[in-house]
Amino acid sequence: MSADTTTTSPEAAPQPSSGPAPVKERVPRGHKRLLTRRDRITLAFMAGVPTVLHVALVWVTAIASIFLAFTSWDGIGFDSIKWVGLDNFKQLFSDNPQFWPAVEHNIIWFVVLILIPTPMGLFLAVQLDKKIRFSRVYQTAYFLPVVVSLAVTGFVWQLVYNPDTGLINSLIGANKPGHYIDWIGDPHLNLWAVLVAASWRHTGYMMILYLAGLKGVDPSLREASALDGANEWQTFKNVIFPTLRPTNTVVLVVTIIEALRAFDLVFVFNKGAQGTELLSILITNNIIGESSRIGYGSAIAVVLLVISLAVIIPYLIATFRKERRA
Amino acid sequence: MDLSPSGLSLPSPSRRSLLRGAGGAALLAGAGIPLLSACGSSSSGSDSKTVSVGSNDSDAVPKKAYAAVYDAFKKQSGITVDVNTKDHNTFQEQINSYLQGTPDDVFKWFAGYRMQFFAKKGLASPIDDVWDKIGGNFPDAMKKLSKGEDGKYYFVPMTTYPWAVFYRKSVFQAKGYQVPTTWDELVALCKKMKKDGLVPIAFGDKDAWPAMGTFDQINFRLNGYDFHVELMAGKAAWTDAKVKAVFDHWAELLPYHQDGFMGRTWQDAAQTLVSKKAGMYLLGTFVAQQFTNKADLDDLDFFAFPEINSAYGQDTVEAPTDGFMVSKAGKGKAGMVKLMEYLGTPGAEELYLKGDPSVVAASSKASTASYTPLQKKAFEMISNAKSLTQFMDRDSRPDFTSTVMQPSLQKFLQNPKGVDSLLASIERQKKTIFAS
Repeated sequence: MSADTTTTSPEAAPQPSSGPAPVKERVPRGHKRLLTRRDRITLAFMAGVPTVLHVALVWVTAIASIFLAFTSWDGIGFDSIKWVGLDNFKQLFSDNPQFWPAVEHNIIWFVVLILIPTPMGLFLAVQLDKKIRFSRVYQTAYFLPVVVSLAVTGFVWQLVYNPDTGLINSLIGANKPGHYIDWIGDPHLNLWAVLVAASWRHTGYMMILYLAGLKGVDPSLREASALDGANEWQTFKNVIFPTLRPTNTVVLVVTIIEALRAFDLVFVFNKGAQGTELLSILITNNIIGESSRIGYGSAIAVVLLVISLAVIIPYLIATFRKERRA
Repeated sequence: MDLSPSGLSLPSPSRRSLLRGAGGAALLAGAGIPLLSACGSSSSGSDSKTVSVGSNDSDAVPKKAYAAVYDAFKKQSGITVDVNTKDHNTFQEQINSYLQGTPDDVFKWFAGYRMQFFAKKGLASPIDDVWDKIGGNFPDAMKKLSKGEDGKYYFVPMTTYPWAVFYRKSVFQAKGYQVPTTWDELVALCKKMKKDGLVPIAFGDKDAWPAMGTFDQINFRLNGYDFHVELMAGKAAWTDAKVKAVFDHWAELLPYHQDGFMGRTWQDAAQTLVSKKAGMYLLGTFVAQQFTNKADLDDLDFFAFPEINSAYGQDTVEAPTDGFMVSKAGKGKAGMVKLMEYLGTPGAEELYLKGDPSVVAASSKASTASYTPLQKKAFEMISNAKSLTQFMDRDSRPDFTSTVMQPSLQKFLQNPKGVDSLLASIERQKKTIFAS
């Protein structure tokens, strides 16, 4: 039996009679012989289909939107695309009253998420990791907001914050004329109101990530530090937290992504009215709908892309370099 | 490495079959594209016995009412109407790609600038031949609304409704209020209502469009229809002193509006009128939908927004009009012409209104016998109007109104003092949008 039959007809291959001999014969001949024409075609498919899909769905669209950012286009017919150079960006930076507030709100979003729900999530994870009673119940309860769609979250919180019939205003009696607290509309309040909802969800998300990280901490480390006489806080600070470094990387990247892609919650909450403008909402408002400003919207999308890259790339490079050294 | 042949070749069959599967899937996906496009074109290339209609009437009431109209048309002409209904907002948001792709022969749309835009882009077909037959059924104001910028007809109006100031007859009677006909009377009435513990003007601007209705009213009362149209078309400047005056008037009225309006929907605002906590509410007649109790509905009445400038009086009515247009796919089809002619008859409108009494007929020939008192009043108001406007977002470029005017008006409502810089900002943004 030759090597050819084993490779071309797989059904014949498992025959025990072929033994180790053909293998020994094949190895010195190198890799070329291992791949028949059919193998090469299937391999080409295997590499080709994902490549085509990736290029078409990621690169072509990204590059097209970068190109469109320098044009003016109403979305009707390709011949109406007009090259306008940097005009879209000039307008965006100088004339659009919503742009800088939107950038600011995206940054606030990130800072708040990293300062409040992330430590909260870590705290809950540490508590749940102690195998307290009903730990599963708490785990489920805290994680539930993450499972619920953000649009639903926005809808629910919007009911809580409703100025006339909402839970909060009804409880504190702020739904009478002259005493209104407009949680959804007041530009000094609404971003914080919506951030409470976002934090409520993000805490559960962070808790699960940290809980997974904590499960991976070697129990012997705790034992060792206990033997060394460290108290609970010292153990956590000096032993447990440092071993969570990979988790922290994930947490930071996830939080940055959450802050940049923040959209659904606010869109349902008040459609990004004054006080809650976000880059993602500006993009949608400009691109989706009739006689859309696709060029202008793409310019905002490019700004968002640049911000994402500027934040994520240096961080990842630094982290991976550190890990390689370690 | 010592690999047995079975160890080497065993995974290969499974890997290959997997690949074969993947290849097949890719082939299927490739084949799917022409298949899909074939599906799309077959619907528009149908015979003369059917006409397809793209509709945004996803709400139960209008959907059922239109179904009755199409049934009657089928009985009369033998032509079947194939209706594709999409969610109201989705239809509106996807209209661009819908009209460019494989649209239905006839589609539901709005009169005014939004109609003219698609006519200008060549995405709609002129229907002058239809209007030769139905022209006599409509008043001049409706004819004006149905024409494109090129003077050809593109639209058959079906239903309309006015914007006005709504109030409760019983409240006005009990407190001895008079319907205000001038600005000063309106302000005086607001003051009186406030003293009486009422919210003078109910208001909710969470969805950002109700404020545009207030702006429209003050603008065409103060500066007249012609200026309003010029302003909406991007020709007049927003920095004009006339526009500033509109905001000054509005600011005078703002303290009498309901608190906390930025977070309130129009439905919730209407509830304060239902519960008689508010004295007045400026909105379209659709506010009646919130009056589910028959006694409350009978108690509801409205008056035209008071006169501000005696040169214009109350000659303009904001009356958004819905109707039908013909896409490029429906061009020249015999069935389409018959359907459009039918939809332009008073009979078709009467039939529709039987199913949906919240609006009134666009045709002046349609019978008003079955109208409720509110409908009768609305119909008279529209028929007697010298000019009709649609609504800010229907009279102007939708990208301008949604990305510039909605946030700007909300900003004004939050901070009525910063009008000058706000108007300068609107004007700068307007120039770039209307230039593109």
